[in-house]
Amino acid sequence: MITFEGAAKHYPDGTVAVAGLDLTVETGRTTVFVGPSGSGKTTSLRMINRMVEPTSGTVRIDGDDIRGQDPAVLRRSIGYVIQQAGLFPHRTVLDNIATVPLLLGWRRGRARARAAELMDLVGLEPSQGRRYPHQLSGGQQQRVGVARALAADPPVLLMDEPFSAVDPVVRASLQDELLRLQKELRKTIVFVTHDIDEAVRLGDRIAVFRPGGVLAQYDAPERLLAAPVDDFVESFIGYDRGVRRLSFFPARNLTLDDGGVFEEEDRVERARTAVEATGVPWALVVARDRTPLGWVSARQLAEAPTGVVLGGLDLAPYGHTFNVATDSLRAALDAAVLSPAGRAVGVDEDGCVVGFVSQDDLGAAIWSVSE
Amino acid sequence: MDILCAIDTGVLCGVEQWFTDPAQWTGPAGIPVRLAEHAYYSVVALLVATAIAVPLGLLTGHTGVGGFLTTSLANFARALPTIGVLFLIVLLAGIGLVPVLCALVALAVPPILVNTHEGVRGVEPRLRDAALGMGMRGREVLFRLELPVAAPLVLIGMRTAAVQVVATATIAAYVGVGGLGRYIVDGQARQDLSMMLGGSILVVLLAVATTLLFAGLRRVLVAPGLRAEAASAR
Repeated sequence: MITFEGAAKHYPDGTVAVAGLDLTVETGRTTVFVGPSGSGKTTSLRMINRMVEPTSGTVRIDGDDIRGQDPAVLRRSIGYVIQQAGLFPHRTVLDNIATVPLLLGWRRGRARARAAELMDLVGLEPSQGRRYPHQLSGGQQQRVGVARALAADPPVLLMDEPFSAVDPVVRASLQDELLRLQKELRKTIVFVTHDIDEAVRLGDRIAVFRPGGVLAQYDAPERLLAAPVDDFVESFIGYDRGVRRLSFFPARNLTLDDGGVFEEEDRVERARTAVEATGVPWALVVARDRTPLGWVSARQLAEAPTGVVLGGLDLAPYGHTFNVATDSLRAALDAAVLSPAGRAVGVDEDGCVVGFVSQDDLGAAIWSVSE
Repeated sequence: MDILCAIDTGVLCGVEQWFTDPAQWTGPAGIPVRLAEHAYYSVVALLVATAIAVPLGLLTGHTGVGGFLTTSLANFARALPTIGVLFLIVLLAGIGLVPVLCALVALAVPPILVNTHEGVRGVEPRLRDAALGMGMRGREVLFRLELPVAAPLVLIGMRTAAVQVVATATIAAYVGVGGLGRYIVDGQARQDLSMMLGGSILVVLLAVATTLLFAGLRRVLVAPGLRAEAASAR
């Protein structure tokens, strides 16, 4: 547990970087500090490893005032990942990762063995250990940065905008990787970003900072999106917070319609009867293995000659599907919005159709969870 | 052997005869001895200059204290005429090897000092931040990060200094302590153009050899990651 008690940083020229921060970072969870530039999020992070000394107030790790420890010793027990990785250009990847173990006085062989272990953990090929940083892509460099921070197995990991310098696709994969690592390692992570989407994606708890170094709101991400405390937080989160909040609600509670699902060998009249009975203007056609093929409209069914099989009709594309077991309401809504039938197709792990849900029914489900 | 004399009977032929005269290659005034003297003065001057300039440059570069003063002094020292320094010290301390070495060291210190200082200052702030953030102390930051990253620039400074020293060590002849400068000084006195040219050619060859030596040192002393990085930046 990391505790800020009235921690403030004032510079001699009168600038206030952090104006008295009171906040508790929970052990084993990911806490994200997010805010625009000049909001003191990085300064607050750097107080934890004494890269910045507060001008007043205290920072404690597990109850102990960090000023009681030699800064160098303290820092060796805290992982530190910075923007663009900050790898040493004159050292191989393996030796970069081994930096802190070597500082701690490990023998070179043991430090390198540990470094090799970490390369595997963060998804780097063993052959890359002998390369130099400039030979790696930005995403690979950042993986090395994370491996280097984890080398001495510190309980706390500080990450200062680590993924901001890579392209969006690589950033998403690095975020996934971090989530996977964290599931396994359960470190106390403090993560700084200016990207609210990244914060919502990674954080168990999110601290929103406003300019002038003031903490505006500290909450779980779904609470933050549901109930921003003021106009600043609301505008910082962005206009589509309602939709993004749906990421926190699972799609598995949706009621799916499977009465309108037919196989490609079924005859037109069978679907026509069902559609006329329910009044649903679309039917979904699937293959024999239940993978989706496409939509057929009630009008097509009415006009098609009797005896033709559904697979012989001109089907409208089914768009993208959502996974009923693992996806969120947000994915389901997205699938419904993009579907020509206005209906989202839900599939299981094998890609087989479970049923579909209309925008109206989704709306009702969203209303019920938003209460 | 008289290849040059076959095509030209003037200056080039004279130089060839000067080089091929067997007497030129033996005795205390022979080419091997003069070359050894010259190389010896140069190496000593360069080592002394390095011992002064590298620690000083590391100190000012690492702490950022006194950087402006030292680089200003170094640039001022660059403007000093070496021959003037030599005669000044001869006036103060008398004839001998010491004035020669002092003048050469004064010549060699500035490029090494400035390059070491700039090399350390030029280490990216985020690398220093990473080093400190991982728990390196000042000394560890200096020797595990700043010195190795600055090494290419330090070596370039030393190479510049070495070539200047090799070229300038000819002044040793003015105060009678030998070196390749003897051929130039004596040749001038005797109006012997072949001798002057021969001496000059030897100095040039030694300077080229010095450059090659530093290319080799770079391969040994600079981490491959930095060599390739510099190459791709070019």
